[in-house]
Amino acid sequence: MKHKSPAQWFGLALVALALLALPLVLTQVGTAWVRIANLAILFVFLSLGLNIVVGMAGLLDLGYIAFYAVGAYTWALLASPHFNLHLPFWVILPLGALCAGLAGAVLGAPTLRLRGDYLAIVTLGFGEIVRILMNNLSAPFNVTNGPKGITRIDGFSVGNINFSASDSLFGIAFTGPAKYYYVLLFLLLFVIVVNLRLQKSRIGRAWVAIREDETAAKAAGIDTRNVKLLAFAMGASFGGVAGGMFAAMQGFISPESFALHESIMVLSMVVLGGMGNVWGVIAGALLLSFVPEFLRYTVEPAQKALFGRLLVEPEVLRMLIFGIALVLTMRFRPAGLWPESRHKREMNEGRA
Amino acid sequence: MDIFLQQIINGLTTGSVYAIVALGYTMVYGVIQLINFAHGEVVMIGAMVAFTVITALVGAGLPLPPIVLVLAGVLAAIPVCMAIGYLLERAAYRPLRHAPRLAPLITAIGMSIILQHLALLVWGRDPLAFPQIIDNPSFALGGAAISAVQIAIILLSVTMMAGLTWFVYRTRFGIAIRATAEDVRVAALMGIDANRVIAATFTIGAAMGAVAGVMYGTYYGIAHYTMGFTLGLKAFSAAVLGGIGNLAGAMLGGILLGLVEALGAGYIGDLTDLCQWPLFGDLLAERCAADGHVVLFGSNYQDVFAFLVLIAVLVFRPSGLLGERVAERA
Repeated sequence: MKHKSPAQWFGLALVALALLALPLVLTQVGTAWVRIANLAILFVFLSLGLNIVVGMAGLLDLGYIAFYAVGAYTWALLASPHFNLHLPFWVILPLGALCAGLAGAVLGAPTLRLRGDYLAIVTLGFGEIVRILMNNLSAPFNVTNGPKGITRIDGFSVGNINFSASDSLFGIAFTGPAKYYYVLLFLLLFVIVVNLRLQKSRIGRAWVAIREDETAAKAAGIDTRNVKLLAFAMGASFGGVAGGMFAAMQGFISPESFALHESIMVLSMVVLGGMGNVWGVIAGALLLSFVPEFLRYTVEPAQKALFGRLLVEPEVLRMLIFGIALVLTMRFRPAGLWPESRHKREMNEGRA
Repeated sequence: MDIFLQQIINGLTTGSVYAIVALGYTMVYGVIQLINFAHGEVVMIGAMVAFTVITALVGAGLPLPPIVLVLAGVLAAIPVCMAIGYLLERAAYRPLRHAPRLAPLITAIGMSIILQHLALLVWGRDPLAFPQIIDNPSFALGGAAISAVQIAIILLSVTMMAGLTWFVYRTRFGIAIRATAEDVRVAALMGIDANRVIAATFTIGAAMGAVAGVMYGTYYGIAHYTMGFTLGLKAFSAAVLGGIGNLAGAMLGGILLGLVEALGAGYIGDLTDLCQWPLFGDLLAERCAADGHVVLFGSNYQDVFAFLVLIAVLVFRPSGLLGERVAERA
């Protein structure tokens, strides 16, 4: 670790303070914005998980949202009236991560020997399978409750503190979403530290080696099979934790939340921010989480004022932005807006 | 009615559509080793354009026979799809031809999302229904029925496959395509304009995709902006099953996949009926007595078969049924 100057420490303290005060400010604007911030943090989570698979190990995974779904359904089934189970979070979250990790390894196994583009298609199909299963596993035995989804899911609670209800502390009122914000922020901090450490670790370097040249990596003594499986499993387990928190926060989940579009969104965040670079990915996720929301609040009224009706729905606009972001990033800044130094060299190689 | 024969007929019909779409994937892959993810969306746009034209003509009330109407739809869809195919190659893939493999794959996904949502903007969220213009007579065939539309789809597909085979193996341009597929650099040294060949494979694939889209839409009676995704995924699976990059493989893979899917959907419900299994039959005796069946997986799992076939092929024979090159990571 490099030593930081007092000025840098001061800067860090300011950022920390701003992050801590954010929900209080956003609550003044509207509770909806706190929810948006929470979802943005979840997307940072997901992007960091996918970044391990796509950014570090160079394995294109198009069904990543399936692991989010596995985590969310694990929470929903074990903490809701559906099966009348109400397990505490410290059982479900690790279990969700484990299930998602296992699913990741199972998915990765048949494709390990194959080229990246096959992997992309297989993961795409896997995402669809998970969605079809969620939609149809309501008969003959009702496991997922089908397209209707699972309702009245328990919120996140520690001891007597229920994070879904409003509370006040030192005379300041904290709404449910604001409390979740702090939980998510804490988890996020943990995930960022894990990712930064991973990047510099032996495993992280092995992933990058595989991304750059698998044959050379193998020749250098890396067990490419296990290391790739590990990338899948670890990336997936992050998705599982995020899914669990999503279920707890929303209180309701249905297969609709886990469509292919969501996978594409997460992929766009990773690609735009800069594959392989933790800070770039975080920036990409925040950018692509907030910009469509801003547009939702500006483009919709603007269209109504100009044309008298809604021409382009915000949802469509959002997906168009993601598609265009993917194409333009690859065309003009293939290593992303905030590239990892090594990746930048690689992505620019051979482009005369 | 003979269910087995009926499912074979249905499977042949959808299978020949898969085969035509799979040809689009496999031709592009054969030449530049890229999965053109957006191909499914091109097929979807073909169906949408054709449906719009047909509906408009029907609305105009011209006294035209149905076959002319459908033909007009197809003829409108083909140039639109060819233009999109060409633009895709120029805008999204050509600039990235020498970039690392991940890059064109990601642009391909981006283009597919863009096309899908542009279609949503143009045609809206509701599916387009095929106008009721064809009275679709069915013919008895050994205990099963085959409809006129099914016959037309199968015949048209076979004609297109034969035409493409002739084009690729018997014409000068076909030789250029095969040479480029063999080795782009050497082909270029022999005076072949590789860019033209690559652009041509995209446009030919798109033209066939347009026809496939119309056939698929006519068969099921609707076209929807999301139809390209599943259709594309299945057709790609078919191409891999046959051996990607191999024309005959794509045709064989498409037909086989159609058959597997139809037979699977026809029989999986009976096979996974727990009541007929001794162990579960006892455990679930009450429910079996009440409902008669406790079906674990019904025909609503039809879309899963293509994917399972894909996995099985990748595990046991990654080069596909007719492929020569083993698809090892480059």
